[in-house]
Order: sequence, then structure tokens, then C-alpha cells
Amino acid sequence: MTQAAHLWHYWLIIVLGMLGLWVVIAKRHYVKKLLGLSIFQVSVIMFYVSMGKVEGGTAPVYLPGEDGGVDLTAAYSNPLPHVLMLTAIVVGVATTALGLALVVRIREAYGTSEEDEIAAADRAEEDELHRQELAEEAL
Amino acid sequence: MTLSDHLPVLLVLTPLLGAPIVSLFRSISRPLATLLAAATAAIAWGLVQQTADGSELNYHLGGWAPPIGIEYEISMAAAWTVAVVSTLAFFSILAGCHNAAREVTEGREHLYYAAFLLCLAGLLGMATTGDAFNVFVFLEISSLSTYTLVAMGKGRRSFTAAFNYLILGTIGGTFILLGIGLAFQATGSLNIDDIAARIQDLRGSRTVLVAFGFLATGLSIKLAVFPLHQWLPGAYAESPTAVGAFLAGTATKVIYFQLIRVCVMLFGASYVFEELHFGTLLRWLSVFGMFVGSLAAVYQTSLKRLLAFSSIGQVGYLTLALSLGSELGVRAGLLHLAAHGITKCALFLVTGAIVATTGSDRLSRLAGFGKRRPLIAFAFVVGGIGLIGVPGTAGFVSKWALLRAAFESGHTIIAVLSLASSMIAVVYVWRVVEVMYLKPSVETDSADGSRPWALMVPASILLAVSIGAGLYSAPATAYASRAASTLWNRVPVAAGLPEPRPVHHDDAHDAAAEHGAHESAAPEGQAGPEEGSTP
Repeated sequence: MTQAAHLWHYWLIIVLGMLGLWVVIAKRHYVKKLLGLSIFQVSVIMFYVSMGKVEGGTAPVYLPGEDGGVDLTAAYSNPLPHVLMLTAIVVGVATTALGLALVVRIREAYGTSEEDEIAAADRAEEDELHRQELAEEAL
Repeated sequence: MTLSDHLPVLLVLTPLLGAPIVSLFRSISRPLATLLAAATAAIAWGLVQQTADGSELNYHLGGWAPPIGIEYEISMAAAWTVAVVSTLAFFSILAGCHNAAREVTEGREHLYYAAFLLCLAGLLGMATTGDAFNVFVFLEISSLSTYTLVAMGKGRRSFTAAFNYLILGTIGGTFILLGIGLAFQATGSLNIDDIAARIQDLRGSRTVLVAFGFLATGLSIKLAVFPLHQWLPGAYAESPTAVGAFLAGTATKVIYFQLIRVCVMLFGASYVFEELHFGTLLRWLSVFGMFVGSLAAVYQTSLKRLLAFSSIGQVGYLTLALSLGSELGVRAGLLHLAAHGITKCALFLVTGAIVATTGSDRLSRLAGFGKRRPLIAFAFVVGGIGLIGVPGTAGFVSKWALLRAAFESGHTIIAVLSLASSMIAVVYVWRVVEVMYLKPSVETDSADGSRPWALMVPASILLAVSIGAGLYSAPATAYASRAASTLWNRVPVAAGLPEPRPVHHDDAHDAAAEHGAHESAAPEGQAGPEEGSTP
């Protein structure tokens, strides 16, 4: 197996991450943006999880050894990156929840959750203000 | 151990545990939050006093020694940053006390204060922790509460501003997480000192290079370095007054301190500046940021947006100071961090007072404002002068330090360019002054009922501090010099992993288990200090 193929999980993570980032940048709908953001975050979580995996390693719980103690010769996966990701998952969930709550409010206020329509509404508001100011100045 | 030994953790715990308490006690949430912010600021100043002799406080959380346990690491520079941040938080919360009622939905104030304290806790934790993953956790605590606070602004635009900030901020945060992961993969540690000590042997490693790339990019997004600044104007301008003032004074400053730590402490200045030439890239981005931010500020029609764009320019000065890659540069950066934080916070508060009296922050509504409200107008002028960096203000002290650092590292053109961009600051401040003092008054004020004095008192104190520090700058500059020198000349010492159990090194599987982090960490066989048996 070539080295590039051996590191297949990195390729998976890169593709997933880029996919998520592309959705965030390219899609104009706010909910879709949030979906992309979640995918991007998940790719990083997968990166951490794959980092802790040891080839042939088992779950990091000591196996019983021959002499009645624990088996120190077995390969165990590194639990630290996995534990870190529990925090990152919580952060991701909180971010998505907050983002969705904001989308609800945006939809209530603008009647849409399309970025272009919202930008147009903001621009129209700004122009209206500007026209008023010009009219005042003319007086 | 006495209470004063626990100050490093109390600094973070006070606002962190205070937040849920404040949200529980609705009726007294206002005084309680103010009290907690005051206590936090007092603790921060206590830390400044404890570190004033150049010593570093290392607090082991729960008594667990690093690298297993989490360590809080308070250097002089960190103490300086948290003192500025917590003081500005106190003044912002004080100002918000009489204004929040008008801007935040009635009955929701306790949640506003809780989010405010959480944000403060996140910022302080980020500045003090010595654990890389902890930095990410605190970053997200402060970020999530910041998005909430921004969305509490008056108009519907605050929602979109908060949403854009959330998207960009999360991308930045995830980049930082990725960078921390790669650094962990290369070194097998999360303790910043530990990583720093080990990374010196791994300079050729591509993992380390990519880790730095992700960390620098992620922090640059959160810092609003040009061209990654799109979230900033909305977040500052559409949020409630006190939040805008708080964010403008503190959020980017803490991230800036992180960038200093990443460049100087974590990866080592010689690697970042001499091998990667990161300084050159950052320098030109800073110069562009200075000009683009300041020029955009000139064309704004609303006061808050003008100040927000000026912040993008000011971030340029901060990163410029760091990009010089010298001890003097870090010193200038620390000085500007404080000077700009105080000035911009005060200016946003004054703008809040202007909005409270005129009902709008549109420049056109300010015609003749200088005659109607001479005191508020004068305060804005004082703040504006500080922003430009006229002698006698704190802004001058820091810009002078920056110029000196630029000249001493031989960047004459950069120094001239930064002076030129300061001239643009004169233009945008003058635009406001012109409207306020020289245009005839067209209408009477339509006050929205909030009390401008509540904003003016903290703003005046901050402006007085800015002028005071400008006239008598010796203590601040001496402290900053010392802080920069301890940060710059710091030699990281690896804590070293303890021996958890006997290891039979002849067993390949065992070695793999021991160095689990490095094992899969060897793209192209470069990472890992003790890369061994990659099957």
C-alpha cells in the first residue's frame, strides 16, 4: 500500500472539511450555511478521533493480564483526543443551536432566510434613510 | 495557601460561576453583575501587583501538576491583558446598568448580564490558561456569549450581524482547534510550555508548519486582520451600546495576546519570524488593514460604523507591532492593546450617550450637536484625539513606541506608512467634529429616555485615564517594557511526562501504545519526536 493510501483517513477528513467549508461559503441560505458549518466541525472531530487510534489497538481499558494484573503489553488507543472531542461536540451543538435560534429570529424580522434577499432589504433601508437625509438637507 | 495564592483561578471563577447566579436572581441581577465585574477587576489588579517584579505565577488547577493537569500561567503580559480587559468590562457593565434597560427586552436583563459575565470569563480564561485545548474551550465560551450579546441589539440587523459573526467566528475557532490538534499530534502534549519546548526539535516538520498555519489563520479571523475583518463592523455597530464598547475594547485584544503567545512562546520567535518570515506577510496585511479600515471609516454615515471601521485600522497597528518580530515590537503591541482598548471603549460609550440624546447615531443628526450638548461633544473630541494619537494621550505613547520599534528594526517605510494612515484618522475624526461644531443645528433632540450621564461617567473616567497615561506614561511604559522582555526572553521548559508505568521498550506494540499520539501522526514520516515503528 502506498503511503497516500495508507493515510486514507486524512483524505476523508480533508474532503469532508472542504465540503463543509464550501457549503458555508457558496450557499446563500442561512440554514444550509449552518449545515456546512456542522460538517466542517465534524471533520475536525474525526481528525482528532483518528489521531488517537492506534493500529491494532483496543479501547483504552486495561485488559486482564496473565498474572492476574493488567495486560501492559497490549496496544491501547490514546483516549485523550477522544475525550477532548466530547467538549468539541458540545461546543458544536451549542453553536448550531444558537445559529438556528438566530435564523428563527432573522426569519421573523425579514420574512426570509436567504442572504441575498436580506442584503437587499438592508440596502433598501439604508437608501431610504439616505434619501430622507438628503431631503432634510435640501430644506 | 492563602486566598491571594488562588487569585489566578478566582479571576476566571468569579465571572464564570457568577453568570448562572446572576441569571437566577432576576431582581438584583444588575447590582450583582456590577459587583462581580468589580471583584474580577480587583483580582486582575491583584495579579498585576503579584507579577510586577517580573515573576510568573503558575497555578496548578486542582493540584495536578502539568502536563497532566491544567495550568494557569500568568506572566506580566497576561496580567496586563486581564487587567485591561476586566477593568473595561467593569466600566462597560457600569455604563450598561442604566442603558441596558432601554436596549434589552424588558425582563431579559438577567440573561444579558449572565452572557456578559460568561463572555468576560471566557476572555480572561483564554488569556491566563497555559493549556492549548483550554484556550479553545475558553475561546468558544466567550464567542458563543458574544454572538448572543450582539444579537440583543436594537434593530433586526443585529441578528444578521450576530449570524455572520457566528459563521466566521466558528470557522476561526475550528481552525484554531485544528491547529491545536496538529501541534498535539507533533509534540504529544497540550501544555503550552511543553509544546514550546518540544517543538524546537521539530522545526522541519510539516505538521508543525501546518499547525502554525491553522492557528495563525484562525486567530487572524477572530482578530479581524485584513482581509478577514468582515464580521467586525456589524458586530460592533449593531450590538447594544455597552456590548459594543466592551467588545471594541477587549475581544480583539485578548485574541491579539493569543497571537503574541502563539508566535513568541508556542512556536518560538526565531521559527516564526526568521524561518517562516511570517512577519513580512503580517506586516503588509497590517499596512493594508490600516489604510483600508481608516479609509472605509472616512466614508461611513453612522458613528458606530465609523468607529468599527477605525477598529479594523487599529488592529492593523497591533499586528504591525507584532510583525516587527522584536522585543520592542511586542512592547509597542502591549502598550497599544491598552491604549486603544481604553480609548475605543470610551468612544463607544460616548457614542451611546449621543444616541441616547439624539435618538440616532447617524452623522447627519449630529449637526450643531456641539452647541446643544457641549460636554458630550467635547468628550468625543478628546477620544478622537486619543484615537489619532496626538501627544498627551495614551494613543500617542503607544504609537510612539510602535514607531520606535519600526525604526529600530529598520522598517522605515512601514513607519512612514503607519504615520500616513494616522493622518487618515485625523480625517474621519474631523468629519465628526465638523458636523458637530460647524454645521447649524437643524432640529431638536429626540431623546429616547435613557440617561446619557450613566454612559458619560464611565466614559469620562476612561478618557481621563487615557489622558493621564499620556501625560505621565512612565509606569505603563516601564511595565510594558518589562512584560515584553520577560515574554520575549522566556525559555520554555518541558514539564516532561511522568512515568506512569513500567514500559518494555522491546515490545513494538507497547511502544505504539505509549506514543499513540505520534504513531498515526506521521504524514510523510516527519512528525513525532520519537517516531519509531510506523508499520
